[in-house]
Amino acid sequence: MTAALEYRRAPARYLTARGATSTRLGSRLSGVLASNVAPLRLVSRGRQPAPDGGWARLRPLLAGICGSDLGMLTGRSSPYLFPVVSMPFVPGHEIVAETLDETPDLPKGSRVVVDPVLACAARGVPACRWCEVGQHSRCDRVTTGRIAAGLQTGFCADTGGGWSRTMVAHATQLHPVPDRLDNERAVLVEPLACAIHSVRRVDIPPGASVLIVGAGTVGLLTLLALRELTPAGATYLVAKYGHQRARARELGATEVFDPARAPRAMRRATGGSLEHPVFGAEYLLGGVDFAFECSGSSSGLDAALRLVRAGGTVLLSGMPSGTVDLTPVWFRQLRLVGSYASDGGGAPQDGQPSDFATAVSLAGDAPLSGYVDAVYPLTRWREAIGHAIGAGRLGTVKVAFDPTRD
Amino acid sequence: MSRPGFVLEVDERTPSLLVNEGDGFRLERFPLGTRVVYPPDVLPGLRDVNGAIRRALFNPVGSDPLPTLLFPGMRLTIVFDDISIPLPQMQTPDIRQRIIEQVLELAAEAGVDDVELVAANALHRRMTPTELKRAVGERVYRAFFPDHLRNHDAEDPDRLVHLGHTNQGEDVEINRRAAESDLIVYVNVTLTAMSGGPKSVSVGLASYRSLRHHHNVHTLRHSRSFNDPPNSAMHHSYDRMADVLGEHVKIFTIETTLNNEAFPSHVGFMNKREWEWSLLDQASYLSFKRANDMTPPKLRREVWQRSYAPYGVTGVHAGDPAVVHPLTLANVHRQQLTEVDGPSDIGIWGLPFICPYNVNSIMNPILVMSLGLGYFFNLYRGQPIVRRGGVAIFYHPMPNAFHPVHHPSYIDFFDEVLAATTDPAAIEAKYEQQFATDPWYIHLYRNSYAYHGVHPFYMWYWGAHALEHVGDVIFVGANRKAAARMGFRSASTLADALEMASDTVGSSPRLTYLHAPPLTLADVR
Repeated sequence: MTAALEYRRAPARYLTARGATSTRLGSRLSGVLASNVAPLRLVSRGRQPAPDGGWARLRPLLAGICGSDLGMLTGRSSPYLFPVVSMPFVPGHEIVAETLDETPDLPKGSRVVVDPVLACAARGVPACRWCEVGQHSRCDRVTTGRIAAGLQTGFCADTGGGWSRTMVAHATQLHPVPDRLDNERAVLVEPLACAIHSVRRVDIPPGASVLIVGAGTVGLLTLLALRELTPAGATYLVAKYGHQRARARELGATEVFDPARAPRAMRRATGGSLEHPVFGAEYLLGGVDFAFECSGSSSGLDAALRLVRAGGTVLLSGMPSGTVDLTPVWFRQLRLVGSYASDGGGAPQDGQPSDFATAVSLAGDAPLSGYVDAVYPLTRWREAIGHAIGAGRLGTVKVAFDPTRD
Repeated sequence: MSRPGFVLEVDERTPSLLVNEGDGFRLERFPLGTRVVYPPDVLPGLRDVNGAIRRALFNPVGSDPLPTLLFPGMRLTIVFDDISIPLPQMQTPDIRQRIIEQVLELAAEAGVDDVELVAANALHRRMTPTELKRAVGERVYRAFFPDHLRNHDAEDPDRLVHLGHTNQGEDVEINRRAAESDLIVYVNVTLTAMSGGPKSVSVGLASYRSLRHHHNVHTLRHSRSFNDPPNSAMHHSYDRMADVLGEHVKIFTIETTLNNEAFPSHVGFMNKREWEWSLLDQASYLSFKRANDMTPPKLRREVWQRSYAPYGVTGVHAGDPAVVHPLTLANVHRQQLTEVDGPSDIGIWGLPFICPYNVNSIMNPILVMSLGLGYFFNLYRGQPIVRRGGVAIFYHPMPNAFHPVHHPSYIDFFDEVLAATTDPAAIEAKYEQQFATDPWYIHLYRNSYAYHGVHPFYMWYWGAHALEHVGDVIFVGANRKAAARMGFRSASTLADALEMASDTVGSSPRLTYLHAPPLTLADVR
């Protein structure tokens, strides 16, 4: 038997959390709601058997709590995703683990990070058109094959997830961790790979201005990726909290703004004029060339759409929630680009290393010390979830579970 | 005969004294020995203002009578001070209306057809049609607005003309219509000694290109004070520009002065010395203060803004600006000047609800700074009422609020510029050009009702002399966050402020309170 946090099917609880957090008061009480209403529980379950065909058992050493996990627990995640998950599942897709079985490329006891996407190779089905070209984040077959439906590890009933003491993963999902990366940095590799993927989703010309909305893990790592991998010019970031502003400056942000000041500050920085609708937020005629929405909130996307220039690009990096007025997309003729997961396990595209390989390399050199500064055992999951929901306010970037601790 | 101004020394018998604090006021008990500077009593106004105007137009100084300057076929431009003066706004009929009506009658009699009226708003916000109507009167407004009654536009290159340079290389660029007129008639209201004279046309009708020569940190730091023109580098620059103007266009100015009757009768106690308050005055103070304190802030601001002053006109002089202005200044001094024996360790000022740039608007923190460290600190001749290195204490709640239409660049100045530095010279060097040439601010200045993008800089420079002179600035009752952003400290009470000031001036400082209301110009020997 092994301990795991299990998310089970409970439509009433999902709807209750969704309804409550959609109100202003409920939104403020997200931490309490997520840890008490969400259908998550600590269970003892039988050890996860490894399916045939290149699968290995893992012992998670550290597993991060991601914004998409919190979206699920607070009921904010979209019902659109229901068909591509299978319940009950063990959450946790930002994983650094130790292998308990040997794989063709890795000996038993290797320290690995997991690319969570459960694509054709893991499912034992012929490669779809996307997996054939190394873009497995777009895999069309995430509901078929030898394992249950699940877009990722952490949302699939058959694989387990990082919020447990054991789980399984396919050999193609595993990336060895160099010794110079400690567990705290290694657990950031998956979100960093996602950030790298997002900046590679658009072709950023030299000197282009970029705005990042949101300064949680996704926002900060996107800033790092932009600075390291693109010729972007001035890069602005919208951050709510002082520690986020300090970290953003350390990562090379040109300027960092409070959300309330962002429209005026962006107008000052990029020119143009600021328009004030009778109802709703102000917007720019002018603005940045690219906006990366990294908050996963409807207000963040709304801000991004209002602050990008005509013909500019808004990239959705955070998992979207809520509804947004899309009039700017029409009126300003914007490009709306999605970015999901990473293409870390596939073939290198255009000669560049995969997102995961690049992430492993970057994570070792970037100033990411202290990003994982709140680690909880599984038994204290309620505190951990509450902490993760209030992370920005509490001065934390990433909250993680250490399933090896009691 | 009005009593002259005097300096009271607070003793055991001195009652609590009235202090302005934004759109509120309080009675404050000052420490024993505090010097309190009172202006002369309110001067009587002229009984026959229209007659005085007529006499001035027909018997000008340094000029031929106005009727002899008017002829058929001429281009006549009547320019008048904008809404920034007087403060508070005066009850109607506005003195500008009275003068303009008489000038227009004379022009009509002389057969002058080409007449334009221009508000001398420089880089201030445009006056709204309602405000224009209030200033010039309905009859003039109906006859001239909008085609021949307009605001000056300092950003319209087609309506500006560069007249040349002063002997110091300063650009003189003003309104083209005025510059190319056969005669400018300037209608002025002088409330403080800094206004009027050479300032009227060279500032009121100028462009940024011209204004930057005197509205800058260096000039303001060497204007000691800007209410004492002979010792004001700013006025020296105005004089040089006026010389250039004089070579190109004839100016006939009509300057008026007002008495200190700034409040309507139901708050008449504002203009009285506290120990002379009658029972009725005391009762009206108590009831008005209670009502004022209970009124919601927005409504309170509205009530104060609609409090129109029953000023009396103390003088009307017309003719050559250089000859007229000394007469005007004498009238201002007659109403406001009080001799003070040397500076003290701490200067205290109560700041009112209004300054030149928040008429029908919001007094934002930068305007509070400008009103305190600019306008009120500089209400002196000779030397400031506080010694170099002393402490300035102001009363104002300094709400962290901005008018989004009138003061858009102020918001960015406060959030962006002051967050980086409060040093006027550093601000001028790094940011002024950015704001002055920002197309959006220029668009809003020209087409909305916004102050020019560079205007908050001028407000900050206005306090540059005071910032250099004093060792510490404390605001009593101010919003702490707003005060801190500007580099000032805030105190809850005068006692707290004095405790804080003791770090700079010790525990037994000499205090001087420049009593306001009403306006007082300290002649510090």
